[in-house]
Parts: sequence; C-alpha cells; structure tokens
Amino acid sequence: MKTVLSIANIHKSFSVGFIPQKKEILQGISFSVAEGEIFGYLGPNGAGKTTTLKCVLGLIFPDKGTIELFGRPHLDPRAKERLGFLPENPYFYDYLTAREFLEFYGQLFGIKRHERQARIAALLELVGMEKAAGLQLRKFSRGMLQRIGLAQALINEPSLVLLDEPLGGLDPLGRREIRDVIIHLREEGKTVFLSSHILQDIEMICDRVAIIVGGRIMSQGRLADLISEKILFTEVTVSGVEEKELAGLGESLTAQAGRTLLKVFEEDRIQDILELVQKRHGRIHSLIPRTQTLEDLFVDMVRPQ
Amino acid sequence: MIIKVIALNTFKEAVRDRILYLLLFFAAVSILFSRVLALLTVGDRTKIVKDVGLASISLFGALMAILIGTGLVYKEIEKRTIFTLISKPIRRHEFLLGKFFGLALTLFVMLLSMSVIFLALVFFQTWTIEWRMLAAIFFIFVELILLTAVAILFSCFSTPILSSLFALSFYLIGHFSWSLETLIKKARPGATRTFLQVLYTILPDLENFSLKTEVVHGLPIPASHMLYSTAYGIVYSAFILALAILIFRKRDFI
Repeated sequence: MKTVLSIANIHKSFSVGFIPQKKEILQGISFSVAEGEIFGYLGPNGAGKTTTLKCVLGLIFPDKGTIELFGRPHLDPRAKERLGFLPENPYFYDYLTAREFLEFYGQLFGIKRHERQARIAALLELVGMEKAAGLQLRKFSRGMLQRIGLAQALINEPSLVLLDEPLGGLDPLGRREIRDVIIHLREEGKTVFLSSHILQDIEMICDRVAIIVGGRIMSQGRLADLISEKILFTEVTVSGVEEKELAGLGESLTAQAGRTLLKVFEEDRIQDILELVQKRHGRIHSLIPRTQTLEDLFVDMVRPQ
Repeated sequence: MIIKVIALNTFKEAVRDRILYLLLFFAAVSILFSRVLALLTVGDRTKIVKDVGLASISLFGALMAILIGTGLVYKEIEKRTIFTLISKPIRRHEFLLGKFFGLALTLFVMLLSMSVIFLALVFFQTWTIEWRMLAAIFFIFVELILLTAVAILFSCFSTPILSSLFALSFYLIGHFSWSLETLIKKARPGATRTFLQVLYTILPDLENFSLKTEVVHGLPIPASHMLYSTAYGIVYSAFILALAILIFRKRDFI
C-alpha cells in the first residue's frame, strides 16, 4: 500500500519564558500513514500532537527530520493541493457567511466557479448546514463551526484529511454525525489522520494508531495488535448473597441495594460464585468479561510519565 | 491568482470593520470643517478649504492605513485563522502580498470617498473643478501605500498597539526628517555631518509626497519631482515589503 504521509525523526523545541529556556516538544517522532486508512494519533494534552500537525502543515519548521506528503517535500504546494485540514477549536473569518467562507477556500485552490458552487452545495449538505449558508460565522455555535470547518477541509476533494480533535467539544449527537462523515470519507477512498484524546471514538473507527507521550511515540500499530484479546477480568453483579461470603472469590467494587459488583480475575472462581449464588437462592444480574481497551493501554503508557 | 483571492478577502474584512467608517465619518467632518474655518479667515478662503481638506485626507488616510494595517497579520495569527490558510497550497509571501494589496484597495476606495467630498466642497467654493488637486491626492495615496507596507512589517512580529505606535512614529519622523537637510547644511564638515547625512538617508522623507503648498498656492509642480517622488514611494515600499516577507518566511506560528 502506498504511503501518503511519512514523518522521519522530527525534533522541535521552543524557547519559553522571560529568560528563554529551550523546551523540547518533539523528540524524534517517526511514523507513516498508508493510503486509505484512518490513522489515529493519540496522546494526553501537551504531548505534542498539534505540534506534529503544525510541522506537517508548514506552520512551524522542525529543527531536524524530514516530512514527506505523497512522496514530495511537505512544503511543496503540489503536495498541499491534495491535503485537507481541520484545526482544533476552529477559528475562522467571522465576518464571512458560511457560503462566502467556502467560496474563499475554493478560490484559493483555483476551482472553477461552476464546479465550486456544485461542491459547496454538496458539502453543505454533507455536514448538514444548508440552512445556515447565508449566516455570518460569528453567529455560529461551536458545533456549527466544527461542521463548516470540516466542509472547508474537504473543498478540494483531498486525498489526505488531517483532523485535529474533530470531536472535541461536541455533544453526543454531533460526535456521532462527524464520526459518520469520517467513515464516509474512508469509504470514498480518502485517508484520514485523526488526532484525538477521545479514545472511545478512535477505538471505534481507526485502523491504526500511534500513541505519543511527552514528545515521543510510545507505541504504534494496528489496534488489534496493540490491544490484547485476552480476558483481563470478569465483572459479576449478584444479589441475595452476603458481601462477606463473596470476599474470597473476587474484589468487591460496590455493594448497593443488596447488589454486589465483583471484579473476578480467575476464571475458576466464576464457577464458585455461580454455585454459591445457587445455594443461597440469589440471582446473577450480569456477567461481563472485560478485554483490554485502548484506554487501559493509554493509561498504562501515560502513568509512568 | 492566490494573491488576488487573499486581497479581495482582506478588502472584505476591512470594509466590514466598523473602525473604517468611524474614521471616514471623522474625515468627512474634518474636511467640511474647513469651510467653517474659511469663514473665520481674512483673505483667500479657498486656500484654507484646500489646505485643511488635503491635510485631513492625509491624516485620516494615514490613520486608516496604520490602525487597520497593524492588525491585519497579527489578528490572523492571534485568532489562528492563519492555520487553515497556510495549510492550503499557498506560499507565505503570497499571503503577505495579498494582505498588502487588499489594504491598498481599501485605502484607494476610502481615499476616493474622501476626495469626492473634498472636491465637491472646493467646487462649491470656486465653481471650477480643480484637477491639480488630484495630483496632490495621488501622492497622498503613494504615501499611504508606503505606510501600509510599514504597518504590515510591524504587524509580522508585534502586537497591534505596539505596531501602531511604531508606524505612527514612522509617519511623524517621516514628516519632520526634511528639517535634517537644513541641519546638515548648517553643520560643520566632520563626524556630525556624516552622521546626520547617514540618518537622513535611512529615515523616510514623507514630505516628498506632500504637494499641498504647490497646489494650494498655485505654484508649478516640476515633472521631475513627480517622477522622483513616485519612484521613491515604490522603491521604499518594495524594500519594506521585502523585509516583512523575510521575517514572515521563517516565522513559527505557535
């Protein structure tokens, strides 16, 4: 599969404070994104996610390392022609209406008027903003800005779409809609690079992820390879049995209204619990095996820092 | 093409900014006030109207160039609108030149509006259309172009308030630097004189663009002076813009 974005060993430091002190934000980042995949770029706040993106876009210049887009140097306008970008907390020209805003970006790509208008209409429909087309952006809510920002990122029908925290600050419905658009993009054969700290969404849609902590890539690969399928423990909710009696069988998490939630690590113990519940004429309310989640992996990596 | 798109967007931004109309309003009041001043004057009233009118156009034009120009680039960085823009296939100098030409277009339209008011006032005073006034207004425009370049230069690395102060200082120094010429003539040859000569070469001389005395008092305007002043304005603006591009090209947008 072709590589659309490849980053090799980039370093970036900034001088901060009144007496400037060098702070290294990126310490040798390397990864590559293949054509047609949804690539998740994960990390806690301040890990260097946005800094990496800014290096790719040419907003800042890395001290060391190389970045290639579609096999070309990343600052080459021909490479940027195939790129779409949605910034975190989108700030746009608030004096423009939604349609003027999309017109402006369409013109920057030199798209012909007739085609531009067709694309703008299609994009407004895709992000569900047809009714707000004549409204100035200053009157937009956060979610509306996110949507129009996404439309802006797609105006040139890009091959690679870079999204910085596209789901941040949205309500559950808005998140779902944007998620659907992202999946729709993959179906169209586009490559999506998604930077986020909302793990649930990443887990649901990403093919591959890279986890960045403190300016270093801690882990990268296919989600299925990173997260083990092994059952870590089983959560069992029972009632009709004294909490004391269950003490030796698992770790009791909560005991409310006669129900006890147990965290059971060994599979043999589950059989013991079932027998005990039967003997006391109690009830099993739920029995859920837990495999490792992205969140567990993430927390494990971030904690030692 | 890209420069044109950005310039037109900058024009749109400027004309949707209230500060522009506030300045235009005060400029109009100031131009019309010259008529009141003329009533209080003994002698040639028309001269007062022309003198105060042209001075008002120059001053308010300069304020527009400085107050809008110093915010243009800074606001893009501060509001992070530049993030989306730079991610498009545009080069940084195209962005800066787009901003420059956008503001130049805005100033042209504003100057046109002020000139219409001014020329109408002069017309009602003299019942003739004085085309020589247009020469004076043209050079005000050249001066505003230079000021725009200066405002954008400062806007590349400093906040609007500081940039405005710098640009305003440039404007004031530029209008008083001609007095250095007199000083050079009076100074004895030596270190002081050389220093003053170097200073005079570096500092802008914006009086080159002032044809007020000539048009108000009906003095001849030598063609060589007009040519020299136009070339001076273009070369100086190009130099300042090149400096701005040099700074802007290597800047990190954090």
